[in-house]
Amino acid sequence: MKTLPDSTLTGKISIKIFGVGGAGCNALSALAKPSAARPKTIALNTDSQCLASCLADEKLCLGAKITYGMGTGGDSELGRFVAENEIEHLKEFCEGANVVFILAGLGGGTGTAASCVLAQAAKDSGAFVLGIVTMPFEFEGRRRARQAQLGLQQLRSVADAVICFPNEKLFKVVNEKDTVTDAFKMANEFLAEGVVGISRLLTQTGLINVDFADVCSVTRSLNSESSFVTVEAGGKDRAQQIVEKLSTHPLLEDGELLENSDALLVNLTGGPDLTMAEVTRLMKEISGRCEKSRIIFGALIEETFADRLSVTLVASGKSLGEGKIVSQMKTTRPTSAPADESETDEQLVDASSTSRPASRIVPPAPEITEEKKEQLFTKQTGSRQKKSRSRFSQNELPLEIISKGRFEKSEPTIHRGEDLDLPTYIRRGIALN
Amino acid sequence: MFESSNIIVGLEIGTSKVCAVVGELNSAGVLNIIGIGQSRSRGVRKGEISDASAAEEDVRNAIVEAEHMSNAEIRSVYLGVTGHHVRGFNNRGVHPVVSADREITEDDVQDVIKNAKAINLPTENNVVHAIRQHFHVDGQDGILNPVGMCGARVEVDVHVIHGNINRLQNPIRVVSGLQLEIETIVFNGMASSLALLTNEQKELGALVIDFGGGTTEYVVYCDGIIKHTGVLALGGDHVSHDLAIGLRIPMGRAEQLKIEHGSALFDASLHGKTITLSGEFGQSGKTINLEHLRQIMTLRLEEIFQIIEQDLAKVGLLDYVRAGIFICGGGARVPGIQKLAEKIFQLPASLGKANSINGLTSALDQPEFATAIGLTRFGSLQQKRRDRNGFIFNGIKAMKEMLQK
Repeated sequence: MKTLPDSTLTGKISIKIFGVGGAGCNALSALAKPSAARPKTIALNTDSQCLASCLADEKLCLGAKITYGMGTGGDSELGRFVAENEIEHLKEFCEGANVVFILAGLGGGTGTAASCVLAQAAKDSGAFVLGIVTMPFEFEGRRRARQAQLGLQQLRSVADAVICFPNEKLFKVVNEKDTVTDAFKMANEFLAEGVVGISRLLTQTGLINVDFADVCSVTRSLNSESSFVTVEAGGKDRAQQIVEKLSTHPLLEDGELLENSDALLVNLTGGPDLTMAEVTRLMKEISGRCEKSRIIFGALIEETFADRLSVTLVASGKSLGEGKIVSQMKTTRPTSAPADESETDEQLVDASSTSRPASRIVPPAPEITEEKKEQLFTKQTGSRQKKSRSRFSQNELPLEIISKGRFEKSEPTIHRGEDLDLPTYIRRGIALN
Repeated sequence: MFESSNIIVGLEIGTSKVCAVVGELNSAGVLNIIGIGQSRSRGVRKGEISDASAAEEDVRNAIVEAEHMSNAEIRSVYLGVTGHHVRGFNNRGVHPVVSADREITEDDVQDVIKNAKAINLPTENNVVHAIRQHFHVDGQDGILNPVGMCGARVEVDVHVIHGNINRLQNPIRVVSGLQLEIETIVFNGMASSLALLTNEQKELGALVIDFGGGTTEYVVYCDGIIKHTGVLALGGDHVSHDLAIGLRIPMGRAEQLKIEHGSALFDASLHGKTITLSGEFGQSGKTINLEHLRQIMTLRLEEIFQIIEQDLAKVGLLDYVRAGIFICGGGARVPGIQKLAEKIFQLPASLGKANSINGLTSALDQPEFATAIGLTRFGSLQQKRRDRNGFIFNGIKAMKEMLQK
C-alpha cells in the first residue's frame, strides 16, 4: 500500500503551481521573481512560443507531435485530446505535491480543456487541487464565454476548489488610458496575487489557522464567482487603513461585494506587534458589512511583517448551488471512495474544526467517453489503496428542491443532457441579487 | 359541388387553449374565415394530451362555440398535431431512367417518389407528412417537374415529418370520441407557416416560429419548399413556471405577471423597480422585484431561441432565411420578442399575421390563431386539389396525392 506523502505527517505542505495555456503561463510569469519560499512552478502550453517566453521552473509543451507547438486555435476538443495524450507526463509532474494550484484563463483551447485533464491527473496522484481561473472578457464573444462556462463546470467537478474570476470585473479597475496589454497584465497579476495569498495561507500555520478545507468550503458551491484581494497597510492606524481600502476596492465593487457575498474567508497577516484591538476592530468592520455571509477568519503572525498588516480576502458571491441540476446527478462519478480509516479519522478531526456548509452539491461529471469511463472504473476499483487521498466529507444525497410543477407528470424535455424543464436561470447559475 | 364540404374546419388542441376555426370556400375557391371557437385547455401538457376527458370537454366547447359563430354544422376537422416526439428529416429517393430515349416519364416520377418515401422508421413511428422538395436529374438540382426532360438518373428529396404512432393517436381518439370525422392530421408548425407566409416569402426563405404554451414549433422554408422542421417541448408554460419558482409565487400569479409585466428584453433601467401584488391570486401585498422577473423571463426566451438557432446553424440554413423570421403563437404577444429574435438570429424578425386569407380580421390579426387558421388553409388546398382531380386525368392525381400525405 502506498503511504501518504511524508508531508501529511510532518505537517508540511508542498505546493506545485501549474500555469495552463496562454493566460496561465503569463500568470506564472507575473508570479515569478523566484525565491526559496516560492513553490515550484510548471508551465504547460500547446503554444511553444508562448511557453518560451514564460518564466517558470519547468515547462512542458503539450502535444508537440499533434499541434507542432502551434497552439490549439481555441479548440477545446483538441486541447483535451492533446492533454489526455500527455496524461502520464502530467501525473509525473504532480507527483510529490499535496496541493496543486492550476492557473488558467478559461475560454481558449488549452486553458479550458487541459486544466480539467491536469486536475484529474493531480487528483489521481493524490493531491488536492485548487483551480484559479479567469473567465473571458465579454468582448471576446459568446462562443468563448460558452466554452469557458463549460470548462468551468468540468473543472469544478474535478477540482476540490475553484476560484473563478471574471475578467469583466477588471473594467472596474482599468481606466481610460490603459491598453489591452495592461488589462491582460492586470488579470495575470490578480491571478498571481491570489496564488501568493492563498499559498501563504496554506503553508504557514497561523494563530488562528485557516487551511485548505476552509478555502474549499468558501469556494465550493457551484456557480459562485469569487473575488480575492490582498491589501496591505502599515503605520499606526493600519487597521483603519485596511478597512478603508477594502471598502473602496474596485474588485470588491467598492465594498458592495462584501455585502452580497455568501461566504468569506479573511486571513490577517501581521507582525508580532499585532494587537488584539486591531484584530477586533477589523473583524467587526468586516463582519458588520456582511451580516448574511459565513465568515471564516484566520490570523497569522510573521516576523517580517513588523509594523505591517496584510489582509487576504476570498469572497464568494451568491451561490445558487442548492437544488442544482438534479437530473444530472445520476451521471455523477462516484467521487468519494471510502478512505482508509486511519486517514479518515485524522481528517475528520481536522474537518470538525471548520464550519462546513450544510448541504453539498455534487457537480455534474465531465463528459467522458465509454472507454474512458471504463478506464476510470478499473482504476478506481483495481487500485483503491493507491489512491492516497479522497474527499473526506461524506456526500449527502441530493434533495430535489426545485419542483417541476406542472411538468412533473410529463416527459422531461432533455436537450443535450440538460433538463430544460428546470428554470434557465438556475441551470445557468445566474444570481438574482 | 355545393355540399357541406365547402366548410373547412381547423382544430388545434393546444396546451393553453383549444381552438377551432371555421373557413368557407366560396364559389371562386377563396377561403373565408367565418367563425372561431375557443376554450381554455386543461388536459394538455407540452402539446400532448395528458387528461383525455378534460381535453374532450374542451374540444366540445370550442367546436360548439365555432358552430354558433359561423352558423354552420361541423362534421369533420383538420386536426393539428405536435409534441416532442414529432421530428422532421430529409430523405432522398433515387431512380434510374430505363427507357431507350432517356426521357423521364410520369412513371419514373412516381417511382422515384415511392423510393423517397420508403423510409426506415422504427415501427412505432408514423409518417405525418412526406413533403416533396425538388427533383434532381443527373445531379442538376432545383427541378420542379422533370417529366419530359432527358436524363439517366432522377432523384427527389422529401421532407418527412413523423411521430410516435401512439402519441399521435391520443388527440385523434379525443376528437373521434366527439363523433367528428378527421380529414387528416397536420403538423402544427406547417399549418402555422401556411397561414403566415406568402409564396414570395417562401421563395426567399423564411423561418416560422410558433411559440405556443407548451411547445415551440419551427419550420424553415427556402426556395419555396420546406427544408427543415422541429419541435421543442418548451413554451410559455415554462416561462410561467420559471417565474413561479424564481419569484416564489403561485403559478396563476406567475401567469398573470408574465402577461402584465413580461418582456423579452432586459434593460438596466429596471434596477430596483418593484411591483406590489394585489388581486385574486393571493399573496396580496407581496412585492416583486421587476428586475428579477425580466431577468428570469429573458433568460428562458433567449434559451429557446438559442436552441433553435443552434439547430439551424447545424444544418446550415441560417443563411437561407432571407425573408426573415415570423413569430406567431401566444409567445408572439411578449413585448420585444422580435427584437430578441433579431438579436439572437441576426435576421430581421416580425410578428406573423395570417395575411393570405380573408375573413374576420379580428381573428386573423391574433398570433394565437395562426395554427388553426393554417389548418383551414391546408384543408382548402386539399379540397381544391380534390375538386380539380375530378376533371383531370389520373396521372396528375396520383402525383398530387403524395403532396397530401
